[in-house]
Amino acid sequence: MGRILLILRLAIRDLRRRPVEAVLMILVIGVATTTLTIGLALYGVTDKPYQQTRAATAGPDVVASLPAGPGQSAVVDALIHASGVTGHSGPYPLAFTVIGARGRTADVMAEGRDLAPASIDQPKPTQGSWVRDGGVVIERSFADALGVHVGDQVTLGGRSFRVVGMAVTAGLPAYPGGLCSMGCASIPASLLHSSRFPTPGLVWLTKPAATALATSAGSLSYLLNLKLANPAQAQAFAIAHNANWSPTEPILSPWQRILDVDNLVVENAQQAMRIGGWLFGLLAVAGLAVLVGRRMVEQTRRVGLLKAVGGTPGLVASVLLAEHLVLALAAAAVGLVAGWLAAPPFARTGAGLIGTPGAPSLTVSAIVLILAVALAVALAATLVPAIRAARTSTVSALADEARPPRRRAWLIAVSARLPVPMLLGLRLTARRPRRAVLSALSVAITVTGIVTILANDSYLARHFSHDVDDPRIDRINQLMAMITIMLVVLATINMIAVTWATKLDARRSSALSRALGATPGQVSAGLSAAQLLPALPGAVVGIPVGIYLCDIFRHGVLTIPSPGWLLLVLLGTPLVVAGLTAIPSRLGAHRSVAEILRSELA
Amino acid sequence: MTHTTSVLRTRGLRKEFGKATGLVRAVDGVDLDVAPGEMVAVMGPSGCGKSTLLHLLGGLERPTDGEIRLAGCRLDQMSEKALARLRREAVGFVFQAFHLIDELSAVENVELPALLAGRSPRAARAQAIDLLERVGMADRAGFLPSALSGGQRQRVAVARALSNKPLVVLADEPTGNLDSAATLDVLQLFGSLHRAGQALIIITHDSRIAATAERLISMRDGAFVDETRTMGLISGNPGAFAGLEG
Repeated sequence: MGRILLILRLAIRDLRRRPVEAVLMILVIGVATTTLTIGLALYGVTDKPYQQTRAATAGPDVVASLPAGPGQSAVVDALIHASGVTGHSGPYPLAFTVIGARGRTADVMAEGRDLAPASIDQPKPTQGSWVRDGGVVIERSFADALGVHVGDQVTLGGRSFRVVGMAVTAGLPAYPGGLCSMGCASIPASLLHSSRFPTPGLVWLTKPAATALATSAGSLSYLLNLKLANPAQAQAFAIAHNANWSPTEPILSPWQRILDVDNLVVENAQQAMRIGGWLFGLLAVAGLAVLVGRRMVEQTRRVGLLKAVGGTPGLVASVLLAEHLVLALAAAAVGLVAGWLAAPPFARTGAGLIGTPGAPSLTVSAIVLILAVALAVALAATLVPAIRAARTSTVSALADEARPPRRRAWLIAVSARLPVPMLLGLRLTARRPRRAVLSALSVAITVTGIVTILANDSYLARHFSHDVDDPRIDRINQLMAMITIMLVVLATINMIAVTWATKLDARRSSALSRALGATPGQVSAGLSAAQLLPALPGAVVGIPVGIYLCDIFRHGVLTIPSPGWLLLVLLGTPLVVAGLTAIPSRLGAHRSVAEILRSELA
Repeated sequence: MTHTTSVLRTRGLRKEFGKATGLVRAVDGVDLDVAPGEMVAVMGPSGCGKSTLLHLLGGLERPTDGEIRLAGCRLDQMSEKALARLRREAVGFVFQAFHLIDELSAVENVELPALLAGRSPRAARAQAIDLLERVGMADRAGFLPSALSGGQRQRVAVARALSNKPLVVLADEPTGNLDSAATLDVLQLFGSLHRAGQALIIITHDSRIAATAERLISMRDGAFVDETRTMGLISGNPGAFAGLEG
């Protein structure tokens, strides 16, 4: 117990001596834990609004999509008399057509309904009234995307209708959800307005008007809403009936499936935040390892003193680990609070559901995961320097001797043939290979993130129509922009930390190079080159990894961003790195040579 | 001695550090002329400004006032870039702490100034081997500094200082970290350089070392307080080192 207290006391005292570094470390890990917390806190936030909408609209437990045809009444009979079914509404005609509103056109499913309210699945008007002759009610999130209001004129299949209301439903997914998962597959491609993934909206009008909109047999189907004795059995009921599906058979969708589709807007955000969180975590490892390594250079003498007064190598390593684990715990706490507070805007479910999303909640397992990630990041970054410190000889540590740099004979030979800045840069890189690897990793992760975002953009551009606003795309774009900014900020911190560490480490050899005739410009260009050399392979590796990551995000749809963008990333990365490292490099290169050599002698 | 014949010349050279009450005048009104091939020792107690003077002479530090001419060029008015070029071509440094680059072998350390000057790797290597031979270190060319003794490291540092055939070699306490045997070794090396016509300025606080130069300047509180001509023990009689043995 006494030993643990001693370790903690030493660790906390050292942290108090270096508050800026401590804050920087908390920031770097905190970004990763905050993002992960947001991702984890979004689980299940859509449940509440969906259930509220379901209650308000007498939502069905199962929706059957029926093909039009002579055998339809037998199919309906079989379904409404199936075991467990206690009620039904419909079948209602569903015509696939095109809506024109405010100069825009989009695919639409027009459902024909009775003027009287239905006992099961009665969409709830949130503005205006229910369907009437010559009038159309538009699903609320679709109306938002089109920008139409009650009283506007729209066209359906070329015929003019007046918008008489807007409504919400739990019986079909809200725009731009997967209406096609409820029966779009049978529609001939020639009827689709968009050549991309069909994301038709939903409107209601009278039965005769809906039926009249169908221009061919393929563009008309029917919806039958079923109520079960046990709604929890809806999935099992649907699976049992879908088992022997054929084009003449109905497709059954349980309410849980509709909830999943409605949840897609939030789920995409959740997935992006999870991927972003892991990227930030890796970036934090790379950045922290450099910060800790630099700190170790400054703490060599302290390690010697600890050992000289009887501290064992284990104690030395424990103090260093404890310092960073304490910071990791603080960063985890910061991330949990910040993530929980920042989550609500990401939990917006759109206009398709009524009610408000539940407060983001964190389960015990989510909290444990966040803590584990923060501790793992700190451990991965600190372990090597801590072991190295524990192994340092007491005499060398007391003399504050720098760790001898690595010698790479072949690199030294190769560098002799290069211009002076490259000669100095390559030799600096070769001195500390671990730092070079961390630097390359940092650039690779940043480029991975940027390429993932570019690939995702290409995916959206190729597969989704842009005629009508798509809340999913808007949300993803906002998230991606946020993640990109955070990635770039973290990578900038990392790059400056790496340059600073290299500059400190190389101050004697840089001063010597200047004493031997290198100009300040050559020395600062050498320091920048030392960062550029690992950045190039980092950028090259990051491009395919980013494309692969997008492939995972998009469930196996391989999308490659335009060659122009990839070239820009490949060439722009070294330029940005050169720009970021120029200031610390120049600051280092202009310090008095005599002063540095004097201090090295002291 | 007129400045046209001096390889190095200073007039009213002054260097101050700090401000107001903390102001320290490390070098105070120094006038110095060094002829080509001359060996000058500057001696004085610790903190008298010897090393600062050497840094000023080599263009590593800028003077607060006064002028420095190296081969006729005003160092005190040069840009950092021009100073670097001049250091590369006209000055060789030998430091007390050797300041060899740890991860470079002896020959790689010696060839570095030539590479910085833009010589071809082949020419730089050939010259470095030649210089190592000259300082008696050819058989240690591939050794890292950590595998060399203090005296051997200083010999490598001397070879490095000669890499670009400098007009003047500036040595700052070159034997300060060496034992007697190694000191003798290095002084003999300086002797041979001097005989070959190399101008040398050695900073030291050891009177025995200073006595080996042709001209001995005493320094106190940043200023020259005495100047004497010695017998030039190094150039005249290598046997005169006997007093340093043991």
